[in-house]
Amino acid sequence: MTDSKRSIILHLSFIAVLALVFFILPDYHTGNLARIMVLAIFAMGYNFLFGYTGLLSLGHALFFATGMYGLGMTMQFFDLSSGSAFIAGLICALLVSAIIGALALRTVGVAFMIITLMFSQAGYLIILYFGEYSRGDEGFIIAREARAFMGFDLSDETNRYYAALILFSICFLVIAKLVNSPFGRTLIAIRENEERAKMLGYDVAKYKLIAVIISGVVSGAAGASYALLFGYVGATFATVQYSIFPLLWVLLGGAGTTIGPFIGVLFMFYLIDLSSVVTPAYMLIAGVVLVLLTLFAPQGLAGELRKRVFKWLP
Amino acid sequence: MDFGPHLLLASLEGAVAAAILALTAIGLSIVFGVMRVVNVAHGEFYMIGAVIAWWVASIVGTHPALGFVAALVVAPLIVGMLAATADKFILQKIDYDPDRTIVATIGLLYIIQQITLMTFGPEARPVQPPFNTRLALPWFEFGENGFEMYWPWGLSITSYKLFVIFAAIAIMLALWMLMTRTKIGLIMRATQQDSDMAKAFGIPVNRVYSWVFGLGAGLAAAGAVLVVPMQQAHYLMGHDPLLLSFIVVIIGGLGSLPGTVIAAILIGMSDGIISVFFSPTLAKIIATLVVAMVLVFRPNGLMGRSN
Repeated sequence: MTDSKRSIILHLSFIAVLALVFFILPDYHTGNLARIMVLAIFAMGYNFLFGYTGLLSLGHALFFATGMYGLGMTMQFFDLSSGSAFIAGLICALLVSAIIGALALRTVGVAFMIITLMFSQAGYLIILYFGEYSRGDEGFIIAREARAFMGFDLSDETNRYYAALILFSICFLVIAKLVNSPFGRTLIAIRENEERAKMLGYDVAKYKLIAVIISGVVSGAAGASYALLFGYVGATFATVQYSIFPLLWVLLGGAGTTIGPFIGVLFMFYLIDLSSVVTPAYMLIAGVVLVLLTLFAPQGLAGELRKRVFKWLP
Repeated sequence: MDFGPHLLLASLEGAVAAAILALTAIGLSIVFGVMRVVNVAHGEFYMIGAVIAWWVASIVGTHPALGFVAALVVAPLIVGMLAATADKFILQKIDYDPDRTIVATIGLLYIIQQITLMTFGPEARPVQPPFNTRLALPWFEFGENGFEMYWPWGLSITSYKLFVIFAAIAIMLALWMLMTRTKIGLIMRATQQDSDMAKAFGIPVNRVYSWVFGLGAGLAAAGAVLVVPMQQAHYLMGHDPLLLSFIVVIIGGLGSLPGTVIAAILIGMSDGIISVFFSPTLAKIIATLVVAMVLVFRPNGLMGRSN
């Protein structure tokens, strides 16, 4: 079996497993899993830029929040249907990531981290400044009646789970396809050696900008679907914390692997969930585990798997 | 108050903020410059500095000045040792890999924050300033009777705030002497320029890294001890200094200490001055975007060399 066949089977069976566990797991865990899948979309968007293109951004909360507010505001103030509001969210994320990308890509390395961080901070403050409309930190709730798509009530547990799964699968498969395409290979070449890619005649600046935009739109899609599926829009999702989370998820799960982001989110989510049952000081446990993982699983969980067991993991 | 005195007051407040920011940011800048790692836990070292200052001051107790001086010595020392230990047992083990260092220091951030919450508690606790007299400031104006000096109401600064500015300058001068005039500084600069070559010349690079990491954290703690009589110690107080220090270090130009100081003064002062004339949120938005634009047009920072 060739590696590409293996990887197609892996991706499809992974989705099939997610579709099936809904029937096995108790309600509490399927609810969690729906949330994890949406956040994993965010992590995949981040991974596309960080894991495959090698650009470390600390401002992805801005893209997530743009998608979220793009959907929330258009539903709240223009009474758009959920479908068109979702598209509005994506368009907002596209515009914002194109502008931020064009400006931020003038810098490299740590300066890129900081400039994305600052733009995202400015975005957060702008949301607070227009608190009259955005309701600031407090946020607003999207009415249950509005959260329907093509006749399906998305606040229903089952519909929500499968809506999250469908969106997750689309992003998962598209990104898996994309990173194996000539375009994705070029991005990896830029990550490995930017100078050489430039020498070979690739328009590195253009490729990087496109990567930022794709990553931003996927993150925006995650934000929009979070708002739609869980019915809440708030400025918390624009804070620095939500820029650091995707970085953590991706590094834990394994940067530059298609399956890593999901594993990272799953791991972090249940790490905090389980340890908060044991002790109120769950952050302490989370911190210790993070330190231990960097010491003993430097490539992230999926990265370690790839190194030890499945050498062909995409 | 008229525009002039108002501006003076804003600049003085800005100068105090800039002094603290410069100290904290220089700590980060040294670590950045010499070790080439991003220390996300820097803000937490600042926070422990403040907490230890409170702790020392409440133990010593007799006179606020005594407790304060003790804190100014003890807090940076303890924090520095803590950071050096963390470096030895964590960062050195992962070989200062840039990405993994970020995760490890985020882990450290959680650990420190949670331990402080469990021991120190969620309350904000004040430290008595060693002295705190209010000094009224004069203002000059050219009026009908020629040049006049008068004392506008509300234009004043406390002696403690003046002391903070001078103390910060003194500490930075001492650091500058250390870096340029002593053998320790020479070793640090050699390690910064080429760690492999330094190793080949018998410099214990790993030990230098531990010391530098400790020194950086100690500087943050010193900044926190100075700030804590004006702003109470709290377990979440490390957040803003971390972000601002990062911005300052990058705007100043990676690894350039003069650049860091200039950027700290620029950002601290402009933050203070803009927030007098606009609403605080709008001021922050403008300041953040302006500073970001500096990076867009000078990608290597103000004093950074292009590579």
